[in-house]
Amino acid sequence: MLRGKAWKFGNDISTDLIAPGRYFHLRSDLNELAKHVLEDADPQFASKVAKGDLVVGGRNFGLGSSREHAPTIIKLAGVSCVLAKSFARIFFRNAINIGLPAIECDTDKISAGDELEVNLEKGVIRDVTNKIDLKFAPLPKAMTQILGDGGLVDHIKKHGDFKIE
Amino acid sequence: MGKTISEKILSEHSGKDVKADDFVIAKVDLCLLQDGTGPLAVKQLEQLGIKKVVNPQGIAVFLDHAAPSPRKELSNDHITLRNFARKTGCYLFEIGEGVCHQIMSELFTSPGNVLVGADSHTCTGGALGAFATGMGSTDVAVAMGLGKTWFRVPQTIKIAVSGKFKPGVYAKDFMLYLIGTLGAEGATYKALEFTGEAMVSLPMSERLVVSNMAVEAGAKAGIFASDKVTKAYLKQHGREEKYREMKSDKDAKFEKVINIEVDKLVPMVSLPHTVDNAKPIDKIGKVKIHQVFIGSCTNGRIEDLKLVAAIWKGRKRDPDTRVIVTPASKDVYLMAAKEGLLETFIEFGATVTTPGCGACVGVHGGILGDGENCISTSNRNFLGRMGNPKSSIYLASPATAAASAIKGEVTDPREYL
Repeated sequence: MLRGKAWKFGNDISTDLIAPGRYFHLRSDLNELAKHVLEDADPQFASKVAKGDLVVGGRNFGLGSSREHAPTIIKLAGVSCVLAKSFARIFFRNAINIGLPAIECDTDKISAGDELEVNLEKGVIRDVTNKIDLKFAPLPKAMTQILGDGGLVDHIKKHGDFKIE
Repeated sequence: MGKTISEKILSEHSGKDVKADDFVIAKVDLCLLQDGTGPLAVKQLEQLGIKKVVNPQGIAVFLDHAAPSPRKELSNDHITLRNFARKTGCYLFEIGEGVCHQIMSELFTSPGNVLVGADSHTCTGGALGAFATGMGSTDVAVAMGLGKTWFRVPQTIKIAVSGKFKPGVYAKDFMLYLIGTLGAEGATYKALEFTGEAMVSLPMSERLVVSNMAVEAGAKAGIFASDKVTKAYLKQHGREEKYREMKSDKDAKFEKVINIEVDKLVPMVSLPHTVDNAKPIDKIGKVKIHQVFIGSCTNGRIEDLKLVAAIWKGRKRDPDTRVIVTPASKDVYLMAAKEGLLETFIEFGATVTTPGCGACVGVHGGILGDGENCISTSNRNFLGRMGNPKSSIYLASPATAAASAIKGEVTDPREYL
């Protein structure tokens, strides 16, 4: 069970907003880069996010660059899960690969600051503040296998090869 | 049941008869890394404990995003990548040799290939009839280490384009229009296949623009069938023997078909801050332009530079507008020099920079100031893209950008043709 506070963002949160190009030189220092995560979308986010908190976006979250640094620094900032109405393809795959759950659901009913609980197995998000349950479709099997192993590196290390179906 | 190009290539590379939505493990022919994503890929390969790559002759590493390096941290990233290339025996392209997608197209990508790149615009390779897609660093690290990766075979949307482009209207305008129509996520998880007389008649330089921008509609791949244009391009780059026919079967199943008549298209501009915010040029109104950027993997080819030079010849830039030209590769730069284009650029008042990606991605060589507007031939106008979230980017064709440099505001290129 994942639990934390919701940080709400709008539609089309690009990788340029998540990991700005002006910090390109910090890409090999991910902890330093994580201090600037989502800075251009919400300057308060990086300094105030707490361990376990959730990033809640609108449509097409993570569009743009293939930079895996984007989901990686969201995870490094302590975020347990990203919820969005829809994800850009590369961001979604990168999130799974680095072991950050990315869940598609209707995020309209979630407000900034809501306390959320996510049950990945059951496919339910409990908005504790609003006392509502939001259901989501489970991820395709190949992705739950990678996520279950802790990401793609751990998946390959564990099995010596791809073991997805 | 017939197959689409994606289904054919992924069947061949997985050794199975696959169709759209199947999950497959497929052999990878080509991998690319650049200096923004490469160091993390190298680190992930180390994490995996893999010391050798499966096919070094199919891997190319590019020092293009910070070229030449503007900071010591990036210089150190370059050292990491140079050492990686030396150790594994893969290809290394030094600073100044050019943008990864341009060089991959010139030297490596062939019809029927599977190309994965740690750069979202890897889909550029679809112009040559390859299945080419952008991924993250870990995915490409695994592809280099195991020689394969997993895919969900994409559904294909067929984009059937009839008619002829009017003067002043280019592939870039077509893509801005298409992305505006489909929306920034209209093709997410899908392949786009470009067909019809307007696409078949495009030269390779323009096909590369179309495939390059497929990702801006969310697409996994942007594919052209291979044909005589592909063959001529391969021949031009000394790789004629790599040609093979690659096309969707007549009875292939497409998710849908979108018909577009190109005759009706006019020059297009994408307004800040999303690519799908595209409008016809006559609906833009007066927009002051502080910086013009001609370059990038979308529109930094010799054909683009020739067009720009033709518009600028004998004219001067607006005194309040600065102009940056970045050729896409060393070959393009050399051709521009030999053909006298550089003289035209310099006389016009432009700054010509080393081939690379710096300005487009906000690393160096064209960072915008607060409140400034740039018209750019690149593929993205997201907030902060060119290094400053207090600036705005307008996307357009090289002709529109060139015309805008003369007047200092967004300008219809047809005034100068």
